[in-house]
Amino acid sequence: MHLVYPVVLSALLFCTGLYGVLARRNAILVLMSVELMLNAVNLNLVAFDVWLSKAAAETLHSGQALTLFTIAIAAAEIGIGLAIVLAVHRNRGTSDIDRLRDTAEGPESDGPDSGAPAAEKAEATT
Amino acid sequence: MSLAAPTHGFLSPTGVEIAFLLVGLVTFGAALVSVTTRQLVHAALWLVVTLGGLAVEYLLLTAEFIAWVQVLIYVGSVVVLLLFGLMLTKAPIGRSPDADSGNRWAALTVAVAAAAALVWVVVDAFRATWIDLDGAAAGSTKVTGESLFQHWVLPFEALSVLLLAALVGAIVLSRKAKADAAGPEVPGARDGQAAAERAEGAR
Amino acid sequence: MTTTTLAVLVPLLPFLGAAAGLLLGRTAPGFVRPLAVLPTLAALLLAVLVAVRQGGGDAIDSATELTPTGSVPIELALHIDGFAALVALLVGAVATCVQIYSTGYLRDDPRYPSYAALVSLFTSAMFLVVYSGDLIVLLVGWEVMGICSYFLVGHYWETPEARAASLKAFLVTKLGDVPFLIGLFALATDAGSFRITRVLGTVASGGLDHPTLIALLLLAGVAGKSAQFPLHTWLPDAMAGPTPVSALIHAATMVAAGVYFVARLLPVFQASTAAMVVLAFMAAVTMAGSALAALAQDDIKRVLAYSTIGQLGYMTGALAVGDRGAAVFHLLSHGAFKALLFLAAGVIIHAAGTNSLAAMSRMSRLRDRVPDAYWTMTVALLALAAIPPFSGFFSKESVLGAAEHVATGHTEHAPGGAGWIVLLAGLLTALLTAAYATRLWLLAFRGRGTEAPDHGRQPLTMTVVLWVLAVPSLAFGGLAFRLLPDWFDGGSLAPTLTTSVLGTGLALVGGLVTYGAWQRTTALAARTPMGAVAAHPEADAGLVEAEAIASHRPAYGDVAYAPDPADPGRLLLGPLHRPAASGFHLDAVYAALFVRPVQAGASLVRFLDREVVDTYVRGAAALPRLLGAAVRRAQTGNVQTYVSALLAGTVVLAVAVLLVATGA
Repeated sequence: MHLVYPVVLSALLFCTGLYGVLARRNAILVLMSVELMLNAVNLNLVAFDVWLSKAAAETLHSGQALTLFTIAIAAAEIGIGLAIVLAVHRNRGTSDIDRLRDTAEGPESDGPDSGAPAAEKAEATT
Repeated sequence: MSLAAPTHGFLSPTGVEIAFLLVGLVTFGAALVSVTTRQLVHAALWLVVTLGGLAVEYLLLTAEFIAWVQVLIYVGSVVVLLLFGLMLTKAPIGRSPDADSGNRWAALTVAVAAAAALVWVVVDAFRATWIDLDGAAAGSTKVTGESLFQHWVLPFEALSVLLLAALVGAIVLSRKAKADAAGPEVPGARDGQAAAERAEGAR
Repeated sequence: MTTTTLAVLVPLLPFLGAAAGLLLGRTAPGFVRPLAVLPTLAALLLAVLVAVRQGGGDAIDSATELTPTGSVPIELALHIDGFAALVALLVGAVATCVQIYSTGYLRDDPRYPSYAALVSLFTSAMFLVVYSGDLIVLLVGWEVMGICSYFLVGHYWETPEARAASLKAFLVTKLGDVPFLIGLFALATDAGSFRITRVLGTVASGGLDHPTLIALLLLAGVAGKSAQFPLHTWLPDAMAGPTPVSALIHAATMVAAGVYFVARLLPVFQASTAAMVVLAFMAAVTMAGSALAALAQDDIKRVLAYSTIGQLGYMTGALAVGDRGAAVFHLLSHGAFKALLFLAAGVIIHAAGTNSLAAMSRMSRLRDRVPDAYWTMTVALLALAAIPPFSGFFSKESVLGAAEHVATGHTEHAPGGAGWIVLLAGLLTALLTAAYATRLWLLAFRGRGTEAPDHGRQPLTMTVVLWVLAVPSLAFGGLAFRLLPDWFDGGSLAPTLTTSVLGTGLALVGGLVTYGAWQRTTALAARTPMGAVAAHPEADAGLVEAEAIASHRPAYGDVAYAPDPADPGRLLLGPLHRPAASGFHLDAVYAALFVRPVQAGASLVRFLDREVVDTYVRGAAALPRLLGAAVRRAQTGNVQTYVSALLAGTVVLAVAVLLVATGA
């Protein structure tokens, strides 16, 4: 089989996930897109592992082993990520990423020397 | 890299290749729908299709163990987790018009540019490379198990520790704050929310 | 104790007294008066002891080097010759009198502790100048006096006159001190030492490379300190300080320092004929101009201030003809009678409640209110006018005699032209001095009109001091002109017949002419009532004086001038009266020559700074501010935007790297 097929599919999936990460508003959908990106990488790993296990002498099957590790790490990641999203949702009442803007520059701080932004930040981070 | 290159015709695809291509199209299409649909639960369901398609691709690449693991973990648990998450965060059922943020066009630009660059690079690099799928399966359970427990034992064990840590972390994070800790925390949280809303309103 | 130890203690005691007074002034007010008077008194006694031991013999020299100080060593050195011993005696006597007088004069002043400490410090600095054998140590005392005069002249800092006067005194003397410092360095470079003895040795062996330059630079500092033309303008204004301070500054310490310095380093000045001629010219202009100005002043203390300038002119004149014995002789006798004049004037101001002669001339029986001041001031004025046998006569005749000696060409060490300049100016000044002394006496004590207010007797501390000082004013000259040559260079100080007859005759003429003029004008006094007295005539003398100074300008329109038609000085001076009252408009000339250009330059610099330099600064700030605003706008807090930018950058970088790697 031509190696380009899985590799191109992998690249396209990765970029689809990328788009999702950047464009989705709901944090859980962003997590889904991250899963897409991880899977794209997995596909790459498997494809190259299969290719190299025939083309090269000894590969330790590192591609497949790493794929398994990635899957495990992805499971852990999704667990932690969901926990964070739930905690944020509980605290803020929203899981929209673009509404979590505590690090933004305050709107009223026009001068660099006004004390307002510091106070605002201190208030926002409590 | 150029082994047996002349025997393969670029315009004469084998059956495996055709199957791979078709499944790949389905997978890619499902992924696209998954990141663009306005119904949040549908997105999760389209993700199931994508992940399942990927499992089929693994099978076509003779990596059967990975394929089953994919089905088990991704389709079986991750998607279920995601669905729970959607429900717990009171995600709306049905079309939500604001599923995409204002960042959509920038995201599209970046994604398309990245896709173009990546595809151009990999096609340019691997246009004359073929995978030899004949002979013993490259990813059977036996092969994978031998490799995993001979060469990769230590990372494997370390990974189990990582999973344990993630487990504990997830529990700690999702546990409701205790009553005494909640007292001073709730007004602060409300303040932060109010500040965020003020900022939003001012903008 | 050795004489050296005693001499070291002389400046040290008042210094310690000043330090203790400043430290204890608030916590232990009971100690302030003893701490002010006793160290000065002790210093006086030690100075007497030093003078007795020195006895006019060989100079006592002693030096110790604390630490190496580079190319030209600076040593703590003493050099006590006859001049130093006697001048220290004068300083101690006047300072003690002033301290005793101040306890009465500033009886109720809340700032008396700091005042007394500063007077002690002033005295100590003058002792240092007198005894020092090293030019840098001398300079230390010289500058400490400058800063002390600033504080003391500004003692009544509530009044704007005192503030302006203290600043002016400080700045004008500093104006002279800058060239003075450069001159000292030049002198030390040529001589290879700051020690006075070594400098004089170098001069004697002709080792001085730039005598004229050095002498002229040093003269600038001397003119500033000793109030010689053209840097004399601070002195009349310094009358805004308390009277005892005026007495101290004018009689013994600050102004005497310049004359004393030239007397010490006279060979340096004699090495340059040009410097001597400049000195003579300076002395002549100072003498004649200040005497004219003194005749027109209304403020009794300003009359005395201008007379101080004139008498200092005599001293510099004596130095210009190369006779430092005469100069220091006049310095000593002048110190006695001028301290007396000022202290008596303080008593009179207190009694009359005004410092204006025009107001005093409309009070009768003022002399009966202050008999002590009346008699002692009469003595001092006679001494000032150089009437024999008072002390001023002998010292002034020694100056005029020295000038005549030089003018007739009997000596080598001074140019004859200088002698003629000094002689003629001195005789003219003798006439004018007698005239203004007579005017002062007539206006102050022979007034007609309402009776002077009676505030009871003056404090004993103030009147006793007057009699103590009256003794040397009366008798010092006659006794001293025979003794002093032993202490000094040995030249005769006895009056010569020609100058005695000329000087005394002119003084008598001046006095009689003024008396005649006063007889004619005094009838006018009754027709133009004038006068303003202090608001609190019963208060202590310091407060009365402060109020009198502050009210002079509102009452008469000027600090120095009163539109009084009964003033004999107006008749005598004619059209010159108005310019003379304002010091010949020298302040206006300075304002036009220096103050306004400096102010214009300052406003130009201000314009350049505000409009030109700041434009660049603001421009430099504006660009980063703009950029900062743009960057700040990017800080939306939206994580997705950040990641988009990050990944876009990554893609661009990756493509760029690929293109470079493939050689495209």
